[in-house]
Amino acid sequence: MDAIDRALINQLQTGFPICDAPYQQLSATLGIPAEEVLSRLQALLENGTLTRFGPLYHAERIGGALTLAAVKAPLERFDEIAELINAFPEVAHNYARDHDFNIWFVLATETLEQQQHALAQIAAQTGLTVYNMPKLNEYFVNLQLSA
Amino acid sequence: MDAIDRLIMHHTQAGLPLTLEPYQTLAKQLGLDKQELMQRLQAMQDSGQIRRIAAVPNHYRLGYRYNGMTVWNVSDEHINTLGQHIGQLSFVSHCYHRPRHLPDWPYNLFAMIHAKTEPEAEQHIQQIKTVLGDACQEYTVLYSTKILKKTGFRSV
Repeated sequence: MDAIDRALINQLQTGFPICDAPYQQLSATLGIPAEEVLSRLQALLENGTLTRFGPLYHAERIGGALTLAAVKAPLERFDEIAELINAFPEVAHNYARDHDFNIWFVLATETLEQQQHALAQIAAQTGLTVYNMPKLNEYFVNLQLSA
Repeated sequence: MDAIDRLIMHHTQAGLPLTLEPYQTLAKQLGLDKQELMQRLQAMQDSGQIRRIAAVPNHYRLGYRYNGMTVWNVSDEHINTLGQHIGQLSFVSHCYHRPRHLPDWPYNLFAMIHAKTEPEAEQHIQQIKTVLGDACQEYTVLYSTKILKKTGFRSV
């Protein structure tokens, strides 16, 4: 990852233009040809530096349901539980964390009913209490890290 | 959101096509006019249904090894005012009020922090602690140790 990659990542986190030739616009900002902007983006996605590129939808505003939930997985069953949870297509992301509450996952569904169903299924399959922590209020979202 | 918006959403959840003219490519795939597709994306962005069209980095790959979910037990009467303050700190990427699960889980304010070093993370935590003051009785920090899954529907 060189200085141009870093500049590209910073630029792409703030937003990608909606216009006929968006890479042309980025090309002017970054000082490299449009084709190179695209090939660098492709490489950053392929090597895992970027995990996603596209529209970031606001689940609640498109009628979907989103929640954060956690379980306390016994260490000897950790991998098994993580696998069980990951197998649910409703689980959008899942993180291991260093706490008694050691598996934290986000459920994204089209309806609240589907969410409740998935939570109940996860509880049944893992035999664990699933702590559901839907957001009650959102104060600010600013997911932009300087590369 | 109508059926066409939903169609666009379903086809872009995995991302935009990686071509020099992604909107042209996507319009063709969906059998839509490019101008209409762009107008619809712009309208969804203006209304907040799309937060933005952007790239999402892997924190670790950018050198942010200390990605902490800081959780705080904040008095209910002050949480909205304090939550706004915390959410505006530059190192906080997300800040939410979430329900407690007493007695196991007493924390109701969640703030995600990102730092490249441990001292830097500790500095961020102290800064939040200072802002919350007496309204916060207890807190803890849960560092992510592994991404177990990061696919499917992405929304922040």
